[in-house]
Amino acid sequence: MLDTPVTPTTSALPILRVSGLHKEFPSSNGMVEALRGVSITINKGEFICLLGASGCGKSTLLRIIAGFEKSTRGSVTVYGAEVDSPGPDRGMVFQDYALFPWLTVRDNISFGPRQRGVPTPTVVKETERFLDMVGLTSFADRYPHQLSGGMKQRVAIARVLANDTDILLMDEPFGALDALTRSKLQEELIAIWKATKLTVIFVTHSVEEAVLLADQIVVMTAGPGRIDCQIKVDLPRPRDVSSPEFNALRRDVTRRLTSHVSGGRSIAATADS
Amino acid sequence: MSLETAVAAPKSGSGAGAAKTPAGKAAPRLWGRLKAIALASVVPLCLLFLWDFMVRRTGTRLIPPPSGVATMMWDFAFGGIYDDAYSGSLPIHFWKSVQRVYGGFFLATATGIPLGLMLGRIPLLRALLDPMLSLLRPVPVTAWLPLSMIFFGLGPKSAIFLVFLGAFYPIMLNTVFGVRSVDPRLFEAAEMLGCRGSQMFRAVVLPAALPSIFNGLRLGAGFAWILIVVGEMTGVPEGLGAVIMDGRTLSRTDLVITGMIIIGVTGYVSDRILLSLNNYFLRWSPQHNA
Ligand SMILES: Nc1ncnc2c1ncn2[C@@H]1O[C@H](COP(=O)(O)OP(=O)(O)O)[C@@H](O)[C@H]1O
Ligand SMILES: [Mg+2]
Repeated sequence: MLDTPVTPTTSALPILRVSGLHKEFPSSNGMVEALRGVSITINKGEFICLLGASGCGKSTLLRIIAGFEKSTRGSVTVYGAEVDSPGPDRGMVFQDYALFPWLTVRDNISFGPRQRGVPTPTVVKETERFLDMVGLTSFADRYPHQLSGGMKQRVAIARVLANDTDILLMDEPFGALDALTRSKLQEELIAIWKATKLTVIFVTHSVEEAVLLADQIVVMTAGPGRIDCQIKVDLPRPRDVSSPEFNALRRDVTRRLTSHVSGGRSIAATADS
Repeated sequence: MSLETAVAAPKSGSGAGAAKTPAGKAAPRLWGRLKAIALASVVPLCLLFLWDFMVRRTGTRLIPPPSGVATMMWDFAFGGIYDDAYSGSLPIHFWKSVQRVYGGFFLATATGIPLGLMLGRIPLLRALLDPMLSLLRPVPVTAWLPLSMIFFGLGPKSAIFLVFLGAFYPIMLNTVFGVRSVDPRLFEAAEMLGCRGSQMFRAVVLPAALPSIFNGLRLGAGFAWILIVVGEMTGVPEGLGAVIMDGRTLSRTDLVITGMIIIGVTGYVSDRILLSLNNYFLRWSPQHNA
């Protein structure tokens, strides 16, 4: 299972295509190469985990996809259209929440639709729907500073969902949460993903989290950031973390992640032009 | 602004379980307030006694005793004691000064906040205006007095201009500071949700900079009351500043002190009003609720 390069089945519809992406940051002593030749194709409805040690360029890749950062070379396209700025089709959930502290939970969730001029009755209806989906109806009138970390992240997720996004980008969203809250939110995220049929790109440095959530794990290596391999996870859901299959896969992925040596099967070789 | 509110520590954070204060807590709270008032009056009362004592002891005729000022204040407000040009004239002087202070203050607010928001967000504008604004800033507002009298003539316009100048800088600079210190993630979040161009100012820049803007407003209002006395030296017949100046020329120290006390109290009340606006608009931020 591990070393099977994933070739998209012909029926799958590619929603996001990253090709030959390079990113360099200027620094005091020349340029820092953060990404080198990253290419991936992601199909509609897939749950992708970007897995790698910290500093390997996961956030940079996600921020380029989101349009917050410009690539040095290469391209990102959504349904064939070039991405060059942030847009409602790609919704980001940040690790530090980035909620608007002056808005209540309800107003945070309705922020996007209101800014885009969606008619008020629709906004109100959708907001209530997503408040309910993340279980925060009774906290709707609270301000962010009155919420726990887990609740804040639920608001951040609902805010993106209410904006009718196509691709959910998540940068270590549960990294700052305690273990219990994290596993609760992982479960809820899977339920939301199933209900909404969203495409999810989820950044994590936790092997267990990646194996638990992903349809497909994209393993990245550092110095400079490249894609090491893509691993398909076809364990049935809901996944049982104590099952032998889960643990076998987790061991394999961990080994892959820590080996770092021989360049691995770079997907760039198969997907790039 | 009072010392206590300027350095007030963040209110004990109301966590996720923030509940309304139960009725049982009302009594200790009232007691706490009374205690605060009692403590706050210790020093003024001591000063009052010291003042009275020193005037009697030295037998000076240059400074009236507190009772003399109290009589003057009554006469100034309601008349019927001295029956001179100042009897019962408080309302007109007060009203004129308030108009000028808030005229200048609102002008400073109406220009300082938008300019500060734009300076904070638009690098080109910053490059254009920042050097000049920084050069003009160290010039004391009082130094503008002669020029302002040439521009606006002798009269209320000059006073309003000085108040405007004095209030403008703290408001504008605090707004710029507020904008510059907004977490850039919030702009990214707003952009990613579809917020564009000028919408960003209303939806994100202004509310995010509001804590700092309120600091600027309170400082600005303080300066406005300081500058009204200078402003009303420019030959206006009415106003609290004018009254103080007249009192000086006529050697009526009771009138001077009366004017000082009224300005002090009004400035304090106006700061309290700004503070309650601050607390209302920043109720989302526990660290900015003084
Ligand atoms: N804005 C930036 N300026 C300079 N270097 C950066 C910047 N952002 C990221 N980097 C560098 O790029 C590399 C990848 O960073 P990042 O994408 O944050 O990794 P990860 O999210 O996997 O931990 C790191 O070496 C980091 O120092
Ligand atoms: Mg990161």
